[in-house]
Amino acid sequence: MDYSIKIGGEAGQGIQTIGDTLARVFSRAGYHVFTNQDYESRIRGGHNFFQIRFSEKPVTASRDKIDILVALDKESIEQHEKELSEYGQIIYDSATLKQQHEKSYFLDIPFVNLAVKHGGNKIMANTVATGAVLGMLGMELDILLDIIKVTFKKKGEDIIKANIDAAMAGHDHAVKECIKCSFSAAPISKPKMLIAGNDAIGLGAIASGCKFYAAYPMTPSTGIMEYVASKAKEYGIVIEQAEDEIAAINMALGASFAGVRAMTGSSGGGFALMVEGLSLSAMTETPIVIALAQRPGPATGFPTRTEQADLNFALYTAHGEFPRVIFTPGTPEQAFYLTNKAFDIAEKYQIPVIILTDQYLADSQWTFDNFDLSKIKYTDYRLRGDTFKNLKQYKRHAFTDSGISPLGVPGDAKHLVVTDSDEHDEEGHIAEDAETRIKMVNKRLFKKLPLIQKEIEPPLIYGHSNPEIVISGWGSTYGVMKEAVDELSANWDIAMLHFSEIYPFPPINKFNYLKVLKNAKMTICVENNATGQFAKLMKAETGYTFNTLINRFDGRPFTVEQLLGEINAIIR
Amino acid sequence: MPSLDDYKGQNPTWCPGCGNFSILKTFKDAMVELGIDPHQFTIVSGIGQAGKFPHYLKCNTFNGLHGRTLPVATGIRLSNHDMLVIAVAGDGDCYGEGGNHLMHAMRRNINVKLFVHDNQIYGLTKGQASPTSMEGMVTKNQPFGVLSAELNPMALAVALDCSFVARGFAGDTEHLNGLIKEAINHKGFTLVDVLQPCVTFNKVNTYEWYRQRVYHIEPEYNPKNRIEAFKKALEWGDRIPIGIIYKNNRPIFEERIQVIKDIPLVRQLFNVAKIEKTLKEFY
Ligand SMILES: Cc1ncc(C[n+]2csc(CCOP(=O)(O)OP(=O)(O)O)c2C)c(N)n1
Ligand code: SF4
Ligand SMILES: [Mg+2]
Repeated sequence: MDYSIKIGGEAGQGIQTIGDTLARVFSRAGYHVFTNQDYESRIRGGHNFFQIRFSEKPVTASRDKIDILVALDKESIEQHEKELSEYGQIIYDSATLKQQHEKSYFLDIPFVNLAVKHGGNKIMANTVATGAVLGMLGMELDILLDIIKVTFKKKGEDIIKANIDAAMAGHDHAVKECIKCSFSAAPISKPKMLIAGNDAIGLGAIASGCKFYAAYPMTPSTGIMEYVASKAKEYGIVIEQAEDEIAAINMALGASFAGVRAMTGSSGGGFALMVEGLSLSAMTETPIVIALAQRPGPATGFPTRTEQADLNFALYTAHGEFPRVIFTPGTPEQAFYLTNKAFDIAEKYQIPVIILTDQYLADSQWTFDNFDLSKIKYTDYRLRGDTFKNLKQYKRHAFTDSGISPLGVPGDAKHLVVTDSDEHDEEGHIAEDAETRIKMVNKRLFKKLPLIQKEIEPPLIYGHSNPEIVISGWGSTYGVMKEAVDELSANWDIAMLHFSEIYPFPPINKFNYLKVLKNAKMTICVENNATGQFAKLMKAETGYTFNTLINRFDGRPFTVEQLLGEINAIIR
Repeated sequence: MPSLDDYKGQNPTWCPGCGNFSILKTFKDAMVELGIDPHQFTIVSGIGQAGKFPHYLKCNTFNGLHGRTLPVATGIRLSNHDMLVIAVAGDGDCYGEGGNHLMHAMRRNINVKLFVHDNQIYGLTKGQASPTSMEGMVTKNQPFGVLSAELNPMALAVALDCSFVARGFAGDTEHLNGLIKEAINHKGFTLVDVLQPCVTFNKVNTYEWYRQRVYHIEPEYNPKNRIEAFKKALEWGDRIPIGIIYKNNRPIFEERIQVIKDIPLVRQLFNVAKIEKTLKEFY
């Protein structure tokens, strides 16, 4: 089985609540779940949807066909009726939509009436709808009822009871009335974890000992800040909404200078404001982790949509020459571990590390069996307390073989910690002479770079080990490309090459991915942008040119069907 | 106890006669008199002649970007509120490039001591107008004279209920010494605007010009009265008040952040194992 459910409606109608709840029910029932959202930049009205796919087999992307459409507005029916699968059903409330549908795949469920009758308030219409979907699927309500009990714990017994009654009313109505429903989805195994990209980054930061997060709200990065904020009390994290992104990055740098792990995050526009701070991190060798969640530009672009067009920006922005690291996770799981690696590398080499995601990954939820905390690396590279006190001599920017100078915590010892955005000497004081300049560039850039390069893991190959066809990409296209490879594997020797540690560009000594590319008959680079920025980077770094590109730049993520269509058109 | 020798830094590159020299000397004296050791505080500075200040003494230093002293200082305080954090900026630095941060630092009332070396000109970039340059002042970049009204940092600060608002004069070091100590001992965000003659580029606001105008705020003046303070802050022209214009006891930002109430962030330990519990919330 492999079902897709779409909840469509206006902003403010609660589609997110229904979607989140259903996704949680399925993941707890042991299914593999994938959810994604499509929303407009508005708080009320418009048309938004939430799509959930779940299956016994791993799912990593949405499909075009829908099995159950929960239509909370007319527009949902107009836009998505055509997406219904052979056995698909649409549920709607004719009283709310003020229209009646006669076609056999429509099921009229009085969400509002049932809510008022059983829950005592029309506010519970969404609980009725959630119950109804589970009824259609032939699922019991026990998991949903558990969720309701926890969600409304603070609101008291009455509210819990009302919601339970509303859910049961929706469930029973669907069981009775949906004669055409042929779905079945009983729990299959132990619960899986369900997590979105943004939450995974936030969790990864906390698991890495991040103690300070300053940012200015900007979709789609805000979720990271919200997650960290939700844990601030429990983990002792200072979270500050700065007056602007310039302040945000400078605050984070101040915090890092003072001795704590610090992070900031934004989308392209806000990151643009941070750019001078990025350069400051490099010059002062102050560790920082920056999450850059892309949305389509230029300028304000599509505030709530997705694109992978800021790779060049992340690679080349900021004045001067300095090492930086860029990670481009493809799944929430990768986002979690790579955020940890970002903190480790940032502090170890005293450099800025960028985690480059996009709206699609930020808001998509995936299921996993577990995140393995034993894989989390936590090494405190700072000089603190007695270790710092006992040093005979200290120079913040001392020349060393590795280029890495001791990172002391100011105030912990009599040694002074001095740094400067001007070129400086070993002590950190302004320097103007050419000799110091050359030595400093050697230290910051040429000595550290090869060490940093060694930390970079090669791309992941999925599918055939000696493929005729290679589809390649980075970041959030992972899930769609993987499913495309699964589909095409029956007829082709095909593999995916996915890059999640993109810069410094992975060397070929750990895995010669260039050989894989060169041996293939057809190589395709898939990017959610107009110009194929990664393909150009590949060319610049390795000299290798992909045979062809597939690009999408309408602000929407690739779908499996679309990608398959384009790949088939090329390889046939 | 520290001595002046402990505070000896690099040789300043300022022009002979620059007002910054006396601010530097006064500052070092004050720190020695307060008994504060160089490693016990951090100076965050920006870019400009004033921004070079920390290099010419001894202390922990973050000499950051033009205009960005206050966010960095805020970050340091939030990580380690046992650390005395002093921000040193130029008038262009703080009132121009970083103006937004100034407003918000005052709103937060972060316990940072801000000293603005106000020479009413851009010194390091060779004499362009700054936000405090006088209307009509002709420079290479303002050939028709400054057309915008002068910024009044004192009035701005009183309007924003800044916790401590004062003005000093580089030519009156005894008075400045007192202000520096008062600012450092005050709990809350402090703005001390120090009139600092730039002998090379500002031919209008010279030592003489300031000397003819500045007067010590009367001892009976009550800086806790905000309305009176606003009146005082508006005084500028023939007579320029120096001294504490306004102060209040607003609670500082750091104290209002629950998680650092007891222990500074930088001393709080971290244990990865705790995450296990949080992971469960995703099931
Ligand atoms: C982002 C940025 N813009 C411009 C400059 C060039 N710049 C350096 S100092 C300065 C103005 C200095 O004036 P002020 O802050 O009043 O300091 P002063 O030199 O007078 O002490 C400018 C414009 C810079 N360093 N960074
Ligand atoms: S240019 Fe003006 S402010 Fe700068 S050092 Fe010379 S006198 Fe001082
Ligand atoms: Mg100036």
